[in-house]
Amino acid sequence: MAADIEQALLQQLADSADGSIPDSGDFATAVGQDHLKVVGIIKSLEAAEMITVEDISHSRFVLTSEAQAYLSAGSPEVQLFNAVPADGITLAQLKSQLPGDVSDVGFKQAMQQRWVALDKSAGEPRVVRKVDSVTDGAQAQLAAVAAGNELPKGEADALKKRKLIKLDTWKTYRVSKGAKFATQRKKQATELTSEMIASGSWRSEEFKPLNFNSLGLPPSGGHLHPLMKVRSQYRKIFVAMGFQEMPTNNYVESSFWNFDSLFQPQQHPARDAHDTFFLTSPAASDTFPEDYLARVKAVHEHGGHGSAGYGYCWKRSEAQKNLLRTHTTAVSSRMLYKLAQEGFKPAKYFSIDRVFRNEAVDRTHLAEFHQVEGLVCDRGLTLGHLIATLQEFFSRLGMKELRFKPAFNPYTEPSMEIFGYSSELGKWMEVGNSGMFRPEMLQPMGLPPDVNVIAWGLSLERPTMILYGIDNIRDLFGHKVSLSMVKSNPICRMGL
Amino acid sequence: MPIVGVNRDRLFEALGRKYTDEEFDQLCFEYGIELDDVTSEREMIRKELSKDDASALSEASEDVIYKIDIPANRYDMLCLEGIARALNIFKGRLEAPQYRLADMKGKPLLQLVVKPETALIRPYVVAAVLRGVTFDATRYTSFIDLQDKLHQNLCRQRSLVAIGTHDLAKCRGPFSYEALPPADISFVPLKQTQKFRADELMEHYLANDQKLKKFVPLIKDSLVYPAIYDADRTLLSLPPIINGAATAISLETRDVFIECTATDLTKAKVVLNTVCAMFAEYCAQPYVVEPVEVIDSFGESHVYPDLAPRQIDVPLDYINSRLGLQLEPSTVAKLLRSMQLQVELSSAAAAAAADGSSSSPGSDLVSVPPTRSDILHACDVMEDVAIAYGYNNLSKQIPTTVTQGRELPLNQLTELLRQEVALAGYTEILTWALCSRAENFDAMRCPESAPGSGAVAIGNPQTAEFEVCRTTLLPSALKTIAANKREPLPLRLFELSDVVLLDAERDVGARNERRLVVVHCGKASEFEVIVPDDLAHYQVLNVPREGSSDSSGRMLTGAWGVLSFNQATRS
Repeated sequence: MAADIEQALLQQLADSADGSIPDSGDFATAVGQDHLKVVGIIKSLEAAEMITVEDISHSRFVLTSEAQAYLSAGSPEVQLFNAVPADGITLAQLKSQLPGDVSDVGFKQAMQQRWVALDKSAGEPRVVRKVDSVTDGAQAQLAAVAAGNELPKGEADALKKRKLIKLDTWKTYRVSKGAKFATQRKKQATELTSEMIASGSWRSEEFKPLNFNSLGLPPSGGHLHPLMKVRSQYRKIFVAMGFQEMPTNNYVESSFWNFDSLFQPQQHPARDAHDTFFLTSPAASDTFPEDYLARVKAVHEHGGHGSAGYGYCWKRSEAQKNLLRTHTTAVSSRMLYKLAQEGFKPAKYFSIDRVFRNEAVDRTHLAEFHQVEGLVCDRGLTLGHLIATLQEFFSRLGMKELRFKPAFNPYTEPSMEIFGYSSELGKWMEVGNSGMFRPEMLQPMGLPPDVNVIAWGLSLERPTMILYGIDNIRDLFGHKVSLSMVKSNPICRMGL
Repeated sequence: MPIVGVNRDRLFEALGRKYTDEEFDQLCFEYGIELDDVTSEREMIRKELSKDDASALSEASEDVIYKIDIPANRYDMLCLEGIARALNIFKGRLEAPQYRLADMKGKPLLQLVVKPETALIRPYVVAAVLRGVTFDATRYTSFIDLQDKLHQNLCRQRSLVAIGTHDLAKCRGPFSYEALPPADISFVPLKQTQKFRADELMEHYLANDQKLKKFVPLIKDSLVYPAIYDADRTLLSLPPIINGAATAISLETRDVFIECTATDLTKAKVVLNTVCAMFAEYCAQPYVVEPVEVIDSFGESHVYPDLAPRQIDVPLDYINSRLGLQLEPSTVAKLLRSMQLQVELSSAAAAAAADGSSSSPGSDLVSVPPTRSDILHACDVMEDVAIAYGYNNLSKQIPTTVTQGRELPLNQLTELLRQEVALAGYTEILTWALCSRAENFDAMRCPESAPGSGAVAIGNPQTAEFEVCRTTLLPSALKTIAANKREPLPLRLFELSDVVLLDAERDVGARNERRLVVVHCGKASEFEVIVPDDLAHYQVLNVPREGSSDSSGRMLTGAWGVLSFNQATRS
């Protein structure tokens, strides 16, 4: 096999007077092997520097596949001549007797040789013989090429022009002893093993050089989703700032906690079926803290706690309607109510969880996304406290410069849109919303009048998209996300 | 938030100076409105129509239009007049106008009598008159646009309130607000030349009018339709759908009768006040509105509009304590004036201000003009002080609130487990909680009718993709694999997320449950791959593994090995 050929080749080199094999083609013939196999061994030995190699170019004419057919059947011109009877024949009849290529080529050649002529004297032209007999020179030349004989240049060129022969080139090699020639190939070690060290064989061992350009095997470990990586860092920031995580694992919420408790009037556009997922099962909630519900109804209808109220007829049935929460503020509301019932003490809460909007999905909108929310509840909090808290929070996200714009939100007053300067994008961007919860929301819960809540919210998806350079939200969240995107994202170092 | 398009040059004319787009944007930012887009009528038509509609394009004006985003509660800024007035007062170019009713001594009030049947369909109506109005083309368009914007927003697509405006020269009081069977109402509606019977008119609009057909359902199936007639039985309007052609206003109209019919009286008053306050500017006596007497179905008399400022008690120290400032009463008064609010210092504060001593805590009455219906509470006044002072000028102070940071135990466990599963060689996926009913049940060979397998169902999804909340994480994991067929096998995926289950014990009738799904997808079933991981997960969680054989039919044979792990019941 290959080892035998290699052994024979090395031995012949060792035995030869000048330390060379003049032609690997002859060698292959001598050992009765296909030359290609020998070439493989030569390349491998050359790479190991055991031999050196010089190319020898060879060329000779071989028949094309068209010519192969003429070898036995005769050249087309002779086939055509033979098909012409002594009294001539019409061209159409002649063509019908021979294969298409043969008749066309043969007619052209036979005319050139003046073996046949076209007689137009009697109406329809007829092909007639001009000589009695012909010899098939072309066939003889093709037979010579097939036998491996050389042709005179003129004849060879003519056949080449007729695409009957072509030049075939191949290489063989002159092989000489190389720098590391030996009659036995020594295998290079790829690994340093403990046995080599124990036996000391590493001293004489040859090591295969390392290829530092190879890609290597891909790591087989798992990967975390980029949005979840960012969520992890946001959670750490909140915890480091002293915030306690809220239990937001309840997607189903009543309109009461999602809207009414936040002083969002029942005719508010957000409560349209157009914007919110309302449920048919479970369609409505029945259990509410009734005394609190009565206070919420009162503040909507005619105010109190210094408020004029909205002046409309508040309906319990509207508050009972179940929905998929449109914001995690529904949970904040439950938490603040609970805090008021348990006896007020200062609190800082946060959550990062899913919220739902009945929107058509596009590049920037999903029907569900993650809301990040933080709030501080204490006596005597000011708008200045909110701004300073936001500065601290957003600077940990890498956004040092903030601006605030007046805005409207049904449950916060004052309300501020947060704009951050992105040094990567070189522009101001809206990065979140914030405000102080309205007294009409807090007072009915039973919180003391001097207790104030400052709060802010943002989406988790948008900053993640900016961070990871993703411009379509559907490439970040959902089953169509590419797994290679998940696998190829860098770590998230936010939060310092 | 509503977006109002105003002619830029007319706006700058009203503001008394020109701005660059950047300067105007900055002014908007300070005030809390937003320059959303800079365009022109021609540009807008170009975007909407195909290019070959050249005639409409060539007639369209090239005047620059500012599209301005207005906060949802500032109904007084839904037209050029309101925006210009608010900004002029903000920049101190203008004193806030005093809106008042015309002196009607010795003159009879125009009357509008309400018939009891209106209670069946649209019980409330309020009205007012603007005398000696001077319209031009821009003002007229603005007047119509304001009604449109109010209809879209505060009026909730006319369901709560509908506005009708009429040329008082073409009709005469007393007016009556009635509710009649549709077959008994017959009139020539606006933009039509022939008479329609009301019920036929509804069919006509449903079939032919893209704009009006969406309002038709508000009254269509009612036994009676609301209608306003004048003393000569001329029909003024068929609210909330259309006005009569007979009393239509035009550029020549001088006296305008405004009526608002409603299902919500509070909002009807706000709408009437807004329309009056905005366009009383063009009256013969600016900012003076002639009242109308509405006799309700009980025979009681009410006079509208009510333009009297409301008084709100706003202690100065409340403002300062919420903003973290120490502003003097006079400063607060000045800031509030720029937001259209007048302050009457209480005697104590006034005395303090007079003798130069520092402000003492006291109550100050703030009077709120009829245009500022958004102000419900002292906190709204406090916000206006903050806006006038400048949000970005407030002093920053980290709260001294001392609390302990704490993770939710369930979320901490989730975070730790995610790391472990990823270390075991699985890649995290994140899929939607909403899916189609078929995906959640039939496609998983788990019929919805099986006991205990119901799902939270959505009544109004915009697409069939979102019919239910998933009760299992598996379908979306499989969908993820289906969407990633080009990835080399094996795929090893996991997700740690919530499913939602019906639960009658909870106040809302449902609860979330956190689940882990781990999926291995290879060329052979490779069940042996998933089993050691299964064991490892129980080890990580330090819980004993119960022998389990899944008889649900979801443990697929062939190319899938699946583990579903329920944290809530096992940890």
